[in-house]
Amino acid sequence: MNTTRTLDRADSPSDIAGIAAAILLGFSLLFVAGISHAAILHDAAHDQRHAIAFPCH
Amino acid sequence: MTRRIFACAVYAGLAAGVAFALLSFAFVIPPLLEGELYEGGERVHFGAGGSPESEAGAPSLGGDIRRHGLTAALSVVSFTAFGLLMSAAFAIASRRGARIDARTGLAWGAAGFFAVQLAPAAGLPPELPGTVAAEIGARQIWWGMTVVLSLAGVALIGFGSGLAAVAGGVALLLIPHLVGAPHLDRYFGVAPPELAAHFATRSMAVSAAGWAVLGAVAGHFWSRADASERTPRAA
Repeated sequence: MNTTRTLDRADSPSDIAGIAAAILLGFSLLFVAGISHAAILHDAAHDQRHAIAFPCH
Repeated sequence: MTRRIFACAVYAGLAAGVAFALLSFAFVIPPLLEGELYEGGERVHFGAGGSPESEAGAPSLGGDIRRHGLTAALSVVSFTAFGLLMSAAFAIASRRGARIDARTGLAWGAAGFFAVQLAPAAGLPPELPGTVAAEIGARQIWWGMTVVLSLAGVALIGFGSGLAAVAGGVALLLIPHLVGAPHLDRYFGVAPPELAAHFATRSMAVSAAGWAVLGAVAGHFWSRADASERTPRAA
């Protein structure tokens, strides 16, 4: 547990991978909540898409 | 680092999503439901007599737990998505020496609101249900391009150095609006303009509150992780 502390300052590959994973997951969730045309997602997200001003319909 | 990015995003996304949902139920969903009355024809503005009058007043939220539950859940999903992108940006910025805490996080939230909500809304205003607009695919592409260019523009202005960076950032912010969002060549609105305008301003205001919570909470948890790293655990 304690040995991982020093990694934070270095340009470690795991840092880059973590940043990339967060960006990828962020865009994936954004697609689900705001963009997907799948009927079930559109219907579930309908009010929220209007409220948050994603283009809907 | 990875755990910290994801933890910040989840805490901040949950807090901001819940705040956004509660404020939505108070201020945005009522005019949305009122707009649906015009969408469905239960109320008519400029009716048969040509009178520009119609009854004002939002219906109650009603007891549709599933519908409102999904709205709350998807609000958390949206703000967790924004939180993941913000935390990833925190990681990049803090490696370059930026100070991240609740106070600076608030500024990040304001910048995020500006780039992700306000800038695209300047071209594609928040829509009441029943609004007839250009084809959805074209609008989504314009929306996505505007968000990406606006984030790049804001980042260039915030982190670049010199006048050239500011000029470049302003240019990136302006490009999508000079190109123009996709719009129809006719108006089809069935709802009163007062209602559509109020819905749009409410949507922006409540989104701004969500982004403020997102930035402040994400910044807070990011700085707490910083502090715990600096304090030797054996002391």
